[in-house]
Amino acid sequence: MIVRLNPSSGIPLYLQLIEQVKHAIETEAIRAGDQLPSVRRMAEDLVINPNTVARVYRELERDGVIEVRHGAGAYVRDSVVSRTKLMRKAQGVVEAAVDRLESLDLTEDEVRRLVENELALRRSKSEKR
Amino acid sequence: MEWVIETQDLRKTFGKQSAVDGLNLRVPRGSIYGFLGKNGAGKTTTIELLLNIVRPSGGRASVFGIPVTDLARSTEIRQRVGFVSEDKGLYPYMTVGQMIRFTRPFFPGWRDDLERRYLELFNLPLKKKVGDLSKGMGSKLMLLLAVARGADLLILDEPTDGLDPAAVEEVLRELVSLAALNGTTIFFSSHQLPEVEQIAEHVCIIDRGKAVVAGALDELKAQYQRIQVVVDRELDEPVRWVDGVVKVRQEGRMFSLLVSRNVEAILAQIRSLPGASTEQFPVSLKEIFLESVRTN
Repeated sequence: MIVRLNPSSGIPLYLQLIEQVKHAIETEAIRAGDQLPSVRRMAEDLVINPNTVARVYRELERDGVIEVRHGAGAYVRDSVVSRTKLMRKAQGVVEAAVDRLESLDLTEDEVRRLVENELALRRSKSEKR
Repeated sequence: MEWVIETQDLRKTFGKQSAVDGLNLRVPRGSIYGFLGKNGAGKTTTIELLLNIVRPSGGRASVFGIPVTDLARSTEIRQRVGFVSEDKGLYPYMTVGQMIRFTRPFFPGWRDDLERRYLELFNLPLKKKVGDLSKGMGSKLMLLLAVARGADLLILDEPTDGLDPAAVEEVLRELVSLAALNGTTIFFSSHQLPEVEQIAEHVCIIDRGKAVVAGALDELKAQYQRIQVVVDRELDEPVRWVDGVVKVRQEGRMFSLLVSRNVEAILAQIRSLPGASTEQFPVSLKEIFLESVRTN
């Protein structure tokens, strides 16, 4: 799995890493049953805090993406594969929506901001409930 | 939670000059803690207080729960703390090998395995005089001496200062690996934001002897946001922002807010402005740093 993190961005490293592991699964760079590197190995490879990696594994386990077998490492779960298929299907929806937006002469950056704002709006609405 | 380093209202004045001015620090066991500040912000003086190299003018500091001014127990602290300073504290007339052999007997917990590992890793020339080492090599030797004593806590004053980028990465990787392998607590000062962001779990930004921002880095990045607001028409009176707005810039109908907490209330306040549209952006440590330390 090739991971590229940007420590200087405003996005916490653990969120960046979670996204990238999920992305690697979606693109099948890693597959169900594959083992992820140990916390220590991952921390040393990426030169980031081991507690950050540990947090990523905890959250991925909580989200049902990986299974941590005690003393034996972390493995990508089978059930994730169906999410992968779903994501592929959703890809088509996104493609169509972006085509539509581009036809309105919006720039890439504007599209991104629109999507992020919409998501943020929904998040703040659901938090209030 | 046990704090490896704890200070309360720690103060140090030199004459009328206040170097450390009511500093509160809490460093959790096993963490990598980045201590940030501009040159002259009080970083080195704080470290000297922790090591009891200078005596506090007020307040308290403890390491492993032992007050640093408790001379009867100072050896206990010294055995468990490895220290790398800006001005090295090596003997220039000794060779690297002599320096290691000289240091070893002071520490009963000396780790031969770590000594060998770092000699090899850092490519340190045993027969070379310490005084003839480059700045980078000197730092690496200091790091070796600090690590090999089997310290539970490393206090590092600008550990990567004067190193080339490749050597910086090497040192950072070793620090990460030490924390992962041995659970060593690492407290390091730096004015290099990128390296702090890369490996630190907790950070404290010190300015004029005071902690201006402190906390878990992930939490800080989650809490701090930049909110940009555009209103319909010029406002008649200035907005009295609610708590949590750290900084406001205004240009005509556009506001740029730096927010440290209380985001919901701030967004509610924005919605009360005429025809306001908002956008939220994540904030980097660099922005937090620049907005928190005063420039003169």
